[in-house]
Amino acid sequence: MFARLKQNHRLLVLVALGAVLLFCLLISAAFGAESISPLDIVKMTLNKIGLADFSLSPAWEERNHEAILLMIRLPRVVAGALVGAALAAAGVLFQGLLRNPMADPYIIGTSAGALFGATIAMMLPVSFALWGFGLVPIAAFIGALGAVLVVYNLARVGGKTPVVSMLLAGFAVSSLLAAVSFLTANLSGKEGLMETVWTFLWGSIAVSGWNQIIIIGPLIVGGIVLARFFAFRLNAFSLGEEGAAYLGINVEREKLLVLGLGSLLTAGAVSISGLVGFVGLVVPHAMRLVLGPDHRLLLPAAALSGGAFVVIADLFARTVLAPREIQIGILTALIGAPFFIYLLRRTRREYAF
Amino acid sequence: MINLSLNQVSFSYSGTPVLHHIELAVEEGEMVALLGPNGSGKTTLIKLMSGVLKPSQGEINLDGSVLGRMKRREVAQRVAVVPQQFSMPFAFTLREVVLLGRTPFLKAFSDEGERDRRVVEQAIALIGIEELEQRFFNELSGGERQKAILAMALAQEPKLLLLDEPTAHLDINHQVEILDLVKSLNREQGITVIGAMHDLNLAALYFGRLILLKEGRIFVDGTPEQVLTEDTIKEVFSASVQVTQHPVTKSPHITITPSARQA
Repeated sequence: MFARLKQNHRLLVLVALGAVLLFCLLISAAFGAESISPLDIVKMTLNKIGLADFSLSPAWEERNHEAILLMIRLPRVVAGALVGAALAAAGVLFQGLLRNPMADPYIIGTSAGALFGATIAMMLPVSFALWGFGLVPIAAFIGALGAVLVVYNLARVGGKTPVVSMLLAGFAVSSLLAAVSFLTANLSGKEGLMETVWTFLWGSIAVSGWNQIIIIGPLIVGGIVLARFFAFRLNAFSLGEEGAAYLGINVEREKLLVLGLGSLLTAGAVSISGLVGFVGLVVPHAMRLVLGPDHRLLLPAAALSGGAFVVIADLFARTVLAPREIQIGILTALIGAPFFIYLLRRTRREYAF
Repeated sequence: MINLSLNQVSFSYSGTPVLHHIELAVEEGEMVALLGPNGSGKTTLIKLMSGVLKPSQGEINLDGSVLGRMKRREVAQRVAVVPQQFSMPFAFTLREVVLLGRTPFLKAFSDEGERDRRVVEQAIALIGIEELEQRFFNELSGGERQKAILAMALAQEPKLLLLDEPTAHLDINHQVEILDLVKSLNREQGITVIGAMHDLNLAALYFGRLILLKEGRIFVDGTPEQVLTEDTIKEVFSASVQVTQHPVTKSPHITITPSARQA
């Protein structure tokens, strides 16, 4: 198996993953209906921050690359990175707390809860000019937290959260909330809301400009930073709630805080992109396999690689069938669902009954 | 310094009474075994003393504070618990598991420091499992795991060690090993030990004070010679046994005779 990393090597891992994320952002920003030279993007960035004064290729001026990059591509790839990081970090939090490697925000109903909250917010006759995008993430957070608490309490059997009961409860609550979201959108009669909810259901990172990112970006980044502070105590939860209590953890309070933080991250992601499934499952699992289960490394590593994963998935989503787009949730499901089945088979002893 | 006392402690699990008016004081440096049939309340008593369960009535005092009003963290800095077994869903190494013992000492939002690492190393050395340090906890044998958990408890630098049938799932050689270790921690580190024990003979060999529980009450509390008599065992376990002397330690030794042989 893999030898464990020394503490100073951990930083190296994170720097390397950060570099991978940056590279993915660059590649993804360069490709699309109009190809932009990655070299130009690097040069422009250096120029902008005043480190250099490169001259750019003629296409930059002629074909309006700067506007495309700054107003269309960058917001989209940054949004993708935020969504991926948030979902992967939320996955790590839920898995660590529930001691269950199958807990993903999509599978345990958190995402559908956020969708329901967001639908309600979009339906309300509140002027968007007044609320900006603030109302949607707040409602999404309330929905996500509500859903996760319901699933958690449904799945609980004698102080434990068995895999099977969690999956069943998550499935039931997700289905119900998705159905109710549709119904609400339909009954509201609000123009375009049905289409929006439909788009949200399979996920899409089609942001328009920077507005959403300015609000939700700090929320997600702040949430991940905060989550990192829980990491060591999350390790103690690996021994179960009773074990964690023996180690001096105020279990009920900590549980609520971690579930709340996971819901916040999920809500942030869903507010941008709708439901993008399995990211919170695949990415933390892969990272755990390579880097080990210590949440102090796992959490930031999963966030960075989750960002990279969604950025690349979104690149495929918008280029493979160009000019049409595939919804990104479809792509992540194509990768994630078989992986999920593999995990179920591998851990079948746990869910036999 | 450790001083634990239970004053008229009763406990019910959702309405079903489990312990009645337990009155008990444990002095620093004692090694106390809780004995009794299944369901007599041994494990519940351990959980109450660890503070994860709160008495329905009565009060537990730890070093002059009421246990129920102390923060979990404060309790865990003094009291460590070794349960029957821990299950671990993730691939932590033994060393990483022992490090978890430092959880109550870490400041919010910070990682372990030099001193924490030293304490972990000492705990691992004291238990004698250095060569298993990088092995995965899940891949260890039952006995090795229990040693790892003992090292984790030791990393808490506890004044009081609570054991909940720590040898219940182990082979006899590991039972002896674990209890030898616990005994040496009690003697050499001055750690007070209270353990729920299933095996009366093992309890008599290792513990200086035995408390025999019957249906949630203390039936008898004293030295092994006082507690393990043919009469008390008949009364509490409804079993006929012969009590003899251990050939080496001279502690009471219980011999069971199959009932078919009895005239």
